[in-house]
Amino acid sequence: MSLLSTQALHVSIGTTTVCRDLELKINSGDRWCVLGRNGSGKTTLLHTLAGLRPPDSGTITAGSRALQKLPRKTVAQQIGLLFQDHADAFPASVLETVLTGRHPWLGPLQWESSQDLTLARNALQAVGLGEMESRMVNTLSGGERRRVGIACLLTQDPQLLLLDEPTNHLDIHHQVRMLELMKQQVSNSRKALLLVIHDINLAVRYCNRFLLLFGEGESLQGNADAVLTSDNLERLYQHPLQAIQGPQATYWLPQ
Amino acid sequence: MRPVLLFTLLLLLTVASLLFSLASGSIAISWQELLAVISGTHSGNELSEQVLMELRWPRTLAAFTTGALLALAGGLMQVLLRNPLADPYVLGISGGAATGALLAMLSGLGSFWLHGSAFGGALFSMLLVFGLSHGAGSWTTSRLLLTGIVIAAGWGAVIGLLLAISPEQGLRGMLFWLMGDLSNAPMPLGSLPVLLVGLLAAVGIGRSLNILAHGEQTAGALGISVKPLRSFIYLLASLLTATAVTLAGSVGFVGLVVPHMLRLLGMRDHRLLLPAAALLGGSLLVCADTLARTLLAPRQLPVGILTALIGVPVFLILLHHSRSLHGEER
Repeated sequence: MSLLSTQALHVSIGTTTVCRDLELKINSGDRWCVLGRNGSGKTTLLHTLAGLRPPDSGTITAGSRALQKLPRKTVAQQIGLLFQDHADAFPASVLETVLTGRHPWLGPLQWESSQDLTLARNALQAVGLGEMESRMVNTLSGGERRRVGIACLLTQDPQLLLLDEPTNHLDIHHQVRMLELMKQQVSNSRKALLLVIHDINLAVRYCNRFLLLFGEGESLQGNADAVLTSDNLERLYQHPLQAIQGPQATYWLPQ
Repeated sequence: MRPVLLFTLLLLLTVASLLFSLASGSIAISWQELLAVISGTHSGNELSEQVLMELRWPRTLAAFTTGALLALAGGLMQVLLRNPLADPYVLGISGGAATGALLAMLSGLGSFWLHGSAFGGALFSMLLVFGLSHGAGSWTTSRLLLTGIVIAAGWGAVIGLLLAISPEQGLRGMLFWLMGDLSNAPMPLGSLPVLLVGLLAAVGIGRSLNILAHGEQTAGALGISVKPLRSFIYLLASLLTATAVTLAGSVGFVGLVVPHMLRLLGMRDHRLLLPAAALLGGSLLVCADTLARTLLAPRQLPVGILTALIGVPVFLILLHHSRSLHGEER
């Protein structure tokens, strides 16, 4: 049984059709990558899969039940979402922010336990911010703030990780480190991830399933060999690409 | 500051402000007499007892309740609108209440009708903004804020009109009401339960408020049903505000600044921040009202003037202090 699947999913935003009749099956162990031009609706698709907005038609099934019928709290236990941006209107410390990830697991009047604190601290260690727990979030750099978001997602500990441009603001070292961490999460505990990214080469390195959104509702899915061809990628980005044969994979450079 | 220490200080401040208010006034009451009346042993001085129990105690309690209601409502409104500049009045509740109160004064109705009319005006304004901001489309924060601000501006015009057409002798009472005045406040028998229930409800949703402060999308992704929660916060904050303005008119400053004072002291968890705000807001208003009725005695000042006069320097000191502690914020 797949973690999340869609049946005849139709999603649109404004006048843009994101996908039409999309049949997607996300199984544990899958590392999906969504590729598409700016404004093709990748973020909208992610939010729909997380149940934050209703689809135009079709159904999304989480486990064996319809996503729209599940209580929000149950959804948040199964599906976590890293947003493209973080908006902090009020001051909060790094540890407080990461602890918010425990919210779906706590009863209405329950306080965070020492176990929850341990989970949050471990997550901060994992993203390399172990020493920064008492810093205020609004004093962090963009990349550090991004890693706080990832630590929050680790603390939430969902089965399916939806990542909207997880490498935003990260330097090369941390891009690789964070994607490596996510990959480990998926393989160690039978999770799955679906990420949106603009770096095809990182995608090839860390993902094993690909979904291409061409706009106008047209989409294509499959593994790297089947989907990532010059024709498809040039059509996707409307830009000529050069394929360079590397030792382990094919790398793509814009011309 | 550690929560336990802060709460201890706030409780001491609360008790001190209540005693300060009870002991101050045109008739001198010694501390011995005060303690005797509080502890229930008969002091023998009937006048002191009467002044304390029938005049000062109801007014002190009304001041505390009003301040606590406003600070609580302000803290809730700031999270709801995700705007640190929000206060309990930003969405027009006080305007509706003021219109109701001024209409009652203009028609020469008694204080029962004055309070009833103010509460009615506040509820009307609250439902109007709620209904209009729902509109046809989605209920976004900016839509709610804009609707509220425009309605508040509309009430402002109505208030101006009522002031312009009022006879001279009524103007003073109206201005006092608009600035916030506790001299006609009754024993808060109805408002105190509203405060307690409101406080329990607010603390009950405290963890959700912490999450909502990080943004509505984040809250949704962390398992919160954002729309019902927002409606609940709006209705709760509005009811608290309506109750406060009915008691004392539109007392300014408390609702805006008290939650920030506590944030500057490092209190950010709403499960602690909101009860702390109620205590601090209540004490602040008790002190302000005591000064309002004693500074220029026998003349009484509107309490709203004193809340600002005390609050502005305290807030600025805290702000300055916090900058030097944590460095400039980005």
